[in-house]
Amino acid sequence: MKRLLVYLKEFRKECILAPLFKLLEASFELLVPYVVASIIDVGIGTSNGQHVIKMGLCMILLALVGLAAAVTAQFYAAKAAVGFSTKLRAALFGHIEDLSFTDMDQAGTSTMITRLTSDINQVQSGVNMTLRLFLRSPIIVFGAMIMAFTIDVKLALVFVVAIPVLAVVVFGIMLITMPLYKKVQGGLDKVLTVTRENLTGVRVIRAFHQEEAEKKRFQENNEGLTGMQMFVGRISACMNPVTYVIVNAAVMLLIYQGGLKVNVGELSQGQVIAILNYMSQILVELVKLANLIILMTKAMACADRVASVLEIGTENAKSFAKGQVKEKGAEDIGKKGEAEQAGACLETYVGASAKDRKEASYLIFDDVSLKYRGAGQETLEHISFRVQKGDTIGVIGGTGSGKSSLVNLIPGFYPVTEGRILLEGKNLSEYDEVELRRRMGVVPQKAVLFQGTIRSNLLWGKPDATEEEMWRALELAQAREIVEGKEGKLDEEVAQNGRNFSGGQRQRLTIARALIRQPEILILDDSASALDYATDAKLRQSIRSIKDRTTTFIVSQRASSIRQADQILVLDDGQMAGIGTHEELLADCSVYQEIYYSQYPEERKGVAVNG
Amino acid sequence: MAKTKKTELALDRKVTWRKVFQYIGKYWFMVVLSLLLAAVTVALTLYIPILTGDAVDLMIDKGLVDMAGILNLVKKIGIAMLVTAVAQWIMNTCNNYICFHIVQDIRKDAFHKIEILPLGYLDRHAAGDIVSRVIADVDTFADGLLMGFTQLFTGVLTILGTLIFMLIYNVSITLVVVCLTPVSFLVAKFIATHTHDMFQEQSRTRGEQTALIEEMVGNQKVVRTFSREAAVKEQFGEINDRLQKCSLKAIFYSSLVNPCTRFVNSLVYAGVGIFGAFLAIRGGISVGRLSCFLSYANQYTKPFNEISGVITELQNAFVCASRVFALIDQEPQVPEDEDAVTLGEAKGNVSLKKVSFSYLPEKKLIRNLNLDVQPGQRIAIVGPTGCGKTTLINLLMRFYDVNEGSISVDGTDIRHLTRGSLRTNYGMVLQETWLRGGTILENIRMGKPEASEEEVKAAAKAAHAHSFIKRLPQGYHTVITEDGGSLSQGQKQLLCIARVMLCLPPMLILDEATSSIDTRTELKIQNAFARMMEGRTSFIVAHRLSTIREADVILVMKDGNIIEQGNHESLMAQNGFYTNLYNSQFAG
Repeated sequence: MKRLLVYLKEFRKECILAPLFKLLEASFELLVPYVVASIIDVGIGTSNGQHVIKMGLCMILLALVGLAAAVTAQFYAAKAAVGFSTKLRAALFGHIEDLSFTDMDQAGTSTMITRLTSDINQVQSGVNMTLRLFLRSPIIVFGAMIMAFTIDVKLALVFVVAIPVLAVVVFGIMLITMPLYKKVQGGLDKVLTVTRENLTGVRVIRAFHQEEAEKKRFQENNEGLTGMQMFVGRISACMNPVTYVIVNAAVMLLIYQGGLKVNVGELSQGQVIAILNYMSQILVELVKLANLIILMTKAMACADRVASVLEIGTENAKSFAKGQVKEKGAEDIGKKGEAEQAGACLETYVGASAKDRKEASYLIFDDVSLKYRGAGQETLEHISFRVQKGDTIGVIGGTGSGKSSLVNLIPGFYPVTEGRILLEGKNLSEYDEVELRRRMGVVPQKAVLFQGTIRSNLLWGKPDATEEEMWRALELAQAREIVEGKEGKLDEEVAQNGRNFSGGQRQRLTIARALIRQPEILILDDSASALDYATDAKLRQSIRSIKDRTTTFIVSQRASSIRQADQILVLDDGQMAGIGTHEELLADCSVYQEIYYSQYPEERKGVAVNG
Repeated sequence: MAKTKKTELALDRKVTWRKVFQYIGKYWFMVVLSLLLAAVTVALTLYIPILTGDAVDLMIDKGLVDMAGILNLVKKIGIAMLVTAVAQWIMNTCNNYICFHIVQDIRKDAFHKIEILPLGYLDRHAAGDIVSRVIADVDTFADGLLMGFTQLFTGVLTILGTLIFMLIYNVSITLVVVCLTPVSFLVAKFIATHTHDMFQEQSRTRGEQTALIEEMVGNQKVVRTFSREAAVKEQFGEINDRLQKCSLKAIFYSSLVNPCTRFVNSLVYAGVGIFGAFLAIRGGISVGRLSCFLSYANQYTKPFNEISGVITELQNAFVCASRVFALIDQEPQVPEDEDAVTLGEAKGNVSLKKVSFSYLPEKKLIRNLNLDVQPGQRIAIVGPTGCGKTTLINLLMRFYDVNEGSISVDGTDIRHLTRGSLRTNYGMVLQETWLRGGTILENIRMGKPEASEEEVKAAAKAAHAHSFIKRLPQGYHTVITEDGGSLSQGQKQLLCIARVMLCLPPMLILDEATSSIDTRTELKIQNAFARMMEGRTSFIVAHRLSTIREADVILVMKDGNIIEQGNHESLMAQNGFYTNLYNSQFAG
């Protein structure tokens, strides 16, 4: 919470002026019963018409001044609240955009979006209402009491008792019901879950003939919800009657005592009326105050959530690093032997062609392991390989084998937890992040385009790209025909998330976006899955044409996509199960054989017959 | 057509009203009670200021106070207050009871309708939309109804009561109040119409910003990959600044409503004070009465403001109600025959005679399809996407009814069987896995809730699911979320197979496509399938060559027709569409 106050600092003036003007308004309001008393006692009591007019004009004047004060207060409150939330939103958005991949994974996108939108809106209205009401309500309540004191000390004591009792009742009921309302919300969520399940799973539920059981389940939850609602309802239904009784009991006391005092000449009729008026003002404001407090606690909770997002990053990074160091030593010993065992085909490869590959030192993975934060197991274990500049590297393996994780390490999206990655002999962690990523062209698994035009999307890859460069990249990515087919060509509109393009079109455009910067390293993370075989083949061919400049990593499930690669890395459950060319792997890597033959069963037959 | 389209979305006003009253009617007693209590509450609430005024009138000046009279009035106030409090509490409880039970009834009816709606309806409508009707819309309706009950009646009664009391005691002051109050509404209305555009602007800008947030936060990794953070922040800042400007306007101007109406009320108050005072000087009204009038003047505009709020809320509530009622009013699936037969353990003879079917009348899908399946046969269905493979499953399970022709199991038309007994005779594993929120155990037990844990384990073993379940944190008692949570697609598929394994029905329908599963896991699933199919009539939507080749009958579908039919060898010999399809799998 404190973290957020920084953003309110700039509006210090507004934050002081808004409540101040509210205070003024409330004070003017408190004067009204006094004026009325004067009208009754002096005006009516002495039949003084002039006095009545004077006091009446006074009331109108008070109202006018009150209005002016209130309008000023509303303006400052709105300005402070809106200004604050604008600053906060910009800061939060900036912070989120700067989060590391690890932090982003942990935070989750949908939460981030809620924080930026509805949570900040809640905080804004919380700040606004607080500035407006937080001083006004207490001032009216206590002001009324003080005014009562100025009229008569003994009668004012009734206020001294009534106010705390009312406060206890109002706040007590709210405190009791608030957590109960949360429970009601939970009950509603259950009803919602059953309803949704019965829609999404309708085929399964009907196939198993579970309709009756589901009806029963729904009704149980439904009745449970009603029960909870009734329970809370019964408690909150007490609020009005109980406060009504308290206020009127006080009124009864005031009338009786007032009567006695008038009788002995200590009070006038008008003063009794004034005191009664003050009493009636208290309740309304107390209820407002209680509502304000609920709003404030809600806003506070939202503010805390927003603040916690702002805290992600720095702190986490530190503790993360510490934890890793500790674990490293213990695991080192056990895993080493295992890794050697696992890479049976790796051994043969390294042994056979070690000499030829020695100078291949463009990119080196040296005993690299990766464990995501919060994960129980390592995602990658002791991966080692070397890549020559201009090579095409295929990465293949089952789902969850760590293919994407492996290529995500190259642009430094995640820090390695063990081992090191060397690019041109220099440790990856020593590179400047922006500099490193500028050299890479990454085509992520999920093909996303952004709202704008095709041109604006390509400019993501290279902000100063020329028209010629764009067409060249499109051509390489087999996307030229897509753009040419559009009426607006490069300036064709792209809808949010690129919805107005098909999956295959999006994939080719994201490839073009990566190619336009003429990357040194191109990473295609299962980026051709929506392409047909022919286009996929053409794409690979065109990528080979830029071989002199670009080293390419292709992640795929399709054996056909990586078959031609200079080196194929076979991953199995985070371990390197094999490395080599297609022929080498087919000869001696069982995992690769399994994958390959499951896609080309015909060839297995051939092998079986031949063998 | 246009008309039915409309009723699917919402019902018209009149029908909605009738329906709402139908639901309320069940609680008529409570409603009458609540109304009576409201009348009592309002009358007494208005009576107390009069009593107070009377008491004030009894304390004229020093030595001129009628203490006995005051004590009497204080007693009256006490009684009135207690009666009011009790009446109010009972009324509140009544209102809660009525509203929450009506809501419960509506939800129940809606859910029961969901269970018997034809699949066609559910397929055509987004689940999210239906859920929001049953949950959010009903909730809004409940809020509106509750507000209506608690504030509309009392509000109207308060206005009427105040008017009557005021008229009884003094006509001229009443006229002052009645003439001045509309000013307050005019002011509120004036502000509301003028801020409307500002709010529109605000929500438009907000929408624009949310879209950007969704895009840039949702794809934050891409932003970082291309180091576009600065550019994106700039874009955000531009919208943010615009939002600041229009938000400030909207919030400030709309916040003027309260001070302005308060100002108008103060004017009314002052007016009553001045006018009343002159009247009192001339002896036209007592001081106590005047104070009573002042308190009326203070409260008089409140119910008006409340009522206008309630009416907007109620209109909203009725729109929501009409959406739920539109769902409840949907035509259910064709009810079962009264003499529908319960199918026991089927032998597995399935025959389709001259079956025609289409989802849309103008777009024919399946035409004149004939097929006779012997018990224990394995039928593979192949063909390009959209050829009607899934449709065939829909018809076999009777998720949809045929338009023409008939489907029969063991010689009985499935329309003469109970749906439940027909469906439990099939074990169905679909490509899209569906699991429910709950434990693994509950999920596997779905079709056979009485199964013991041992049986469940045996089924899981048979489905090759046991080994991964064992490794989960709580084993079979691990709670998974609705979408399967951390389970992989393949694991979810294995659970679905285990679910069917537990029941082992005599016939099987398998949609074996597993595009998101890697080929090695798929192999395991294949083995599980193969074990299940032994001795059972099976329909398999086939993608894998091994399945196709080993099938007894291969149906080659194209555009809703079976264009070729036979086993692998005979079809290959035909050198037709199948041969082409088969060979194309190796083209890549």
